[in-house]
Amino acid sequence: MNLPEHAPILAIAVPLLGAFALPLWAKLHRSLRDGWLALVAGATAALTALVAVQVYTTGIQVYTLGASFPADTVAPGGFPIRIILTVDALSAFMGLITALVAVVGFAYAWRYLAEDEGKTLALTLGTLLWAGMLGMAFTGDLFNLFVFFEVTSIAACGLVGYRTWASRGPEAAFKTMVMYTVGGLFVLLAVALLYGEYGALNLAYLARQIGGSLIDRIALALLLGGLLMKAGAVPLHMWAPDAYGEAPAQAVILLVANTQISLYALFRVLFTLYGGVPDPGVGWLVVALGTLTLLVAALMAVVQMDAGRLVAFGAVSQIGYMLLGVGVGLTAVAARPAYGLVAIQGGIFHMLNDAVAIGLLFLAVGAVERASGSRNLGTLGGLGHDLRWTTGFFLLGALALAGIPPLNGFASKLMIYQSSFLLSPILSALAILASILLLAVFVRAFQGAFLGPRLRKAEPVPVPMLVAMGVLALGVLALGLFPELVVRHLVAPAADALWTGRDLYLQAVLGR
Amino acid sequence: MIGNVPFVVCMVLVLLGLWALLFRRNLVKIVIGVKIIENGVNLYLVATGYVRGGIVPIYTYAPPDAVMVLPTPQALTLTSIVIGLATTALMLAFVVVIHRHKKSLDGRKVTELSG
Repeated sequence: MNLPEHAPILAIAVPLLGAFALPLWAKLHRSLRDGWLALVAGATAALTALVAVQVYTTGIQVYTLGASFPADTVAPGGFPIRIILTVDALSAFMGLITALVAVVGFAYAWRYLAEDEGKTLALTLGTLLWAGMLGMAFTGDLFNLFVFFEVTSIAACGLVGYRTWASRGPEAAFKTMVMYTVGGLFVLLAVALLYGEYGALNLAYLARQIGGSLIDRIALALLLGGLLMKAGAVPLHMWAPDAYGEAPAQAVILLVANTQISLYALFRVLFTLYGGVPDPGVGWLVVALGTLTLLVAALMAVVQMDAGRLVAFGAVSQIGYMLLGVGVGLTAVAARPAYGLVAIQGGIFHMLNDAVAIGLLFLAVGAVERASGSRNLGTLGGLGHDLRWTTGFFLLGALALAGIPPLNGFASKLMIYQSSFLLSPILSALAILASILLLAVFVRAFQGAFLGPRLRKAEPVPVPMLVAMGVLALGVLALGLFPELVVRHLVAPAADALWTGRDLYLQAVLGR
Repeated sequence: MIGNVPFVVCMVLVLLGLWALLFRRNLVKIVIGVKIIENGVNLYLVATGYVRGGIVPIYTYAPPDAVMVLPTPQALTLTSIVIGLATTALMLAFVVVIHRHKKSLDGRKVTELSG
């Protein structure tokens, strides 16, 4: 078998099937389960990396299911009815983010989750969520986008609510599930509208047909609504802090990656599917939602007393920065001034930075909860005496997220500030204001939990958890110290896929 | 005009479901609202594939000159129904757990999480 050719579908199939085999191994022995998980996670990460290397070196990779050879995307009648995967640089970039987050999350979960508190279940759902995210990133047709959207929804809500012995988890999970399901149905309705009009589900074929009729606009509105619901942008964000606050820490970083994948799907819809109908109004809508998200979430974070919910609002606020960056690019995509490309690069780079920095914070909060049994900033204090490494990691993540210069959040936020300033100075002023608010919030949380006299005894944090946090902390430092390397080799091709890559995408699938 | 009636009915179902979501407080009724939206969307999908006078799209059973309804929307609907089963089961399971803890299904009484 020709592995590189089949890597995109294997990257989805291996975690999907591996997840369902996980509970069977656990029935035999838990060390077998851990070994199997390491095998599946390692294979999936390697396959994702293989796909990424291929896409970054040779261009868009298509894979047709059920055809005689993988590049045969168009059925003999000349009509694109086949199920295809289309991986361009942006999809591959998102795949890499999910791989990083999932591997770090599983390493952390090894000692973080208690064996008698549904550890097997959590690991299974986490692997399923990973498979769904890779599917959303790689799929090339709209209906499978919906299917993988629902796979991630079910796995994510299971992860939020599986701890049924407490009431808060299921409550957050119910709220999240209703939002996700309704969002998914909006997406399905949009798919049905487009299918009814054009008789196809293939993203590239639809992109060529869409001409901006009333039905197209209604479908765009439904897709925007559904995907923003899942991304947790502000008018539809109420599920996000609950879910982030109640899920176990290793699941939260997967949930964060999941919101980013929904944003990816949104950008795919806006730039590739509707890229032929440039309407600056939609760009301004995305910019307005982004600005609203980053401001409102930062303001909400100020009043939180629970460390988990505080970081959760910080995470929602970061979604706003990504929307702002890519939205600025969308307003400019017709005229193509240079700042539009910088804005998109900033937004996409911020996805990676956010996954690393907010992931570090969530893992640190999880370590604090495990070590001291509480997350309430009113009762915590002086943890810095016992948990030296965790203290350092939390501080590093907080400073990176608030955009302090040598760290990674600054690198991408600067690109967003610069480019949104050229569109409208008010936007960058608001974005900087939100960053300052976040800095204040995180300094308060840091001071409340880690500084001061020792208020309660803290257990030592297990080494695998520290190693997982250490990997992310190294990422924070490396991305902050060498941003231009990462931007040039990883982010710029991904941004080009949105900025100028539409024709290449259509060509790769339709062949002309 | 009469040909558009199925689509209008589907949209009415979707709006009814949204109304239930927004204005009902009982958690089970919220789940029912989600299901009504889903059924509206599924009916819409099936309706888009209908061909007047068409027969069941089973190739081997059809007479040679038959007009068949489109099979793709039916396949999509089937997938969507299966997904709907999973989401509904999961939502109802959460409702059961919430009821076990709070002895209530009133959305206003069970909220511990807000702000």
